[in-house]
Amino acid sequence: MREVCVIGCGMTKFGELWAKSFRDIFVEAALKAINDGEVDKIDSMYVGTMSSGLFIGQEHIGALMADYLGVAPIPAVRVESACCSSGMALRMGFFDVASGNSDIVLVGGVEKMTDGADVTYALASAADQEYEVYQGVTFPGLYAMIARAHMYRYGTTREQLAAVAVKNHHNGALNPNAQFQREITVEQVINATLVADPLTILDSSPVSDGAACVILASEELAKSLKKPLIKILGSGAATDSLALHQREEITTLKAVRVSAERAYKMAGINPSDVDFAEVHDCFTIAEICILEELGFVEKGKGGLFTEEGHTSLEGKIPVNTSGGLKSKGHPVGATGIAQVFEVVEQLRNNAGKRQIKNAKIGLAQNMGGTGASSVVHILKNVND
Amino acid sequence: MPSPRYHREIPQRYRLEAVKCNNCSKILFPPRLICPDCGFKQFEKIKLSDEGKIITFTIIRVAPAEFATQVPYSIAIVELNDGVRITTQVVDCKPEDLEIGKFVKLVFRKIQEEGKTGIICYGYKAVLT
Repeated sequence: MREVCVIGCGMTKFGELWAKSFRDIFVEAALKAINDGEVDKIDSMYVGTMSSGLFIGQEHIGALMADYLGVAPIPAVRVESACCSSGMALRMGFFDVASGNSDIVLVGGVEKMTDGADVTYALASAADQEYEVYQGVTFPGLYAMIARAHMYRYGTTREQLAAVAVKNHHNGALNPNAQFQREITVEQVINATLVADPLTILDSSPVSDGAACVILASEELAKSLKKPLIKILGSGAATDSLALHQREEITTLKAVRVSAERAYKMAGINPSDVDFAEVHDCFTIAEICILEELGFVEKGKGGLFTEEGHTSLEGKIPVNTSGGLKSKGHPVGATGIAQVFEVVEQLRNNAGKRQIKNAKIGLAQNMGGTGASSVVHILKNVND
Repeated sequence: MPSPRYHREIPQRYRLEAVKCNNCSKILFPPRLICPDCGFKQFEKIKLSDEGKIITFTIIRVAPAEFATQVPYSIAIVELNDGVRITTQVVDCKPEDLEIGKFVKLVFRKIQEEGKTGIICYGYKAVLT
């Protein structure tokens, strides 16, 4: 396999983009990535979107976006894996370049959630329709049951859950692309409106519109550009049961652990080699579980680790420097690539006020449903 | 929900029908065509235990349209006595009565009413014992 680099990236601001259409936000992000990568051709394209059919009644996204980006007749296909659709799309694009089939690939993610669809219903389609959703459970409800089990088993506190949201809002306040550029307090999180006990609205990522794109190229081609060389060292993916109740242990996100182990193995690194990470904090409890599954902290200690500040911008391992899904926003299909956008910005030393020191190896973890699918990518600035 | 889809699930929702793998004895609910543990394809039809205990739970405050009139309502993951876990509402009690480890029994109840097709959907819910 050939080595693969990220040579360009672009994203729209995340938020309620009432005036912009689904196709236009994708093209906006794609043009930014193409401009950043300084490429004059694209060999193929992969677009992650979770549920454009339910959100706006539009399927057949690969061809639609190739047409509106003006790159038809290149091959273009939509990739779907719930909230990790674009993380999985990146993996498809990675193998397309690595195999030698394509030299330059555009991978994007996009979602339009504010055009009037029943968002709760659409998101619930990532859970088991017949045996979870039928009974009346929602996505916040499923994560609330993980949170309750984690608190019961490991003594994780309500304040520790809140600390995730407070930290991510602090980072998001420094990100001009974030939906919520403001700080919040632990008290505000705890006293906010309950969505599914014990989780409140401020434990939950928002409903958002947005798109993000990256340009992948072979290392040989990337070396000819006068830019920091950002290589994808590893890609790992895994699956688990859609239904949360079928897992042996409710607080264990096995697909996250396995996808990370595969990515670490491919990259030839250990968790301790990772300088910073973007992870899938769709709810505060998710970030706590993910820290544990990625091997940054022992099982059950993710809440305390966060509360002690180890995942803050100045901590041992900064997590969600972009503001995460919580503060930056979560247009579900766009999230995986938006995470990689942040990793690349940090590796290029281009993250402005939220820039961390010595960013050499960054990890992006994106997952679908209650962790029924997960994909992890590890990127490195290989210039030095 | 279209009626064929509803009809297909009636054995599970009304009668708790499951299957037991003829090779490794794993109980599968809902039934599957292949055992995920051992790959065997022959099963014996059984009925699930209708008693169990709460593994974890939540109270839904924001619901999808079909359940909007029921909020707040309790949902739990229940482990039945035969080891199978299911997601179910817990009813006939106050939300604050729920605790991890409490014992429940499954009962036959109306789950939701379909607005457009008019099908009234039934299935299992849990009550505290």
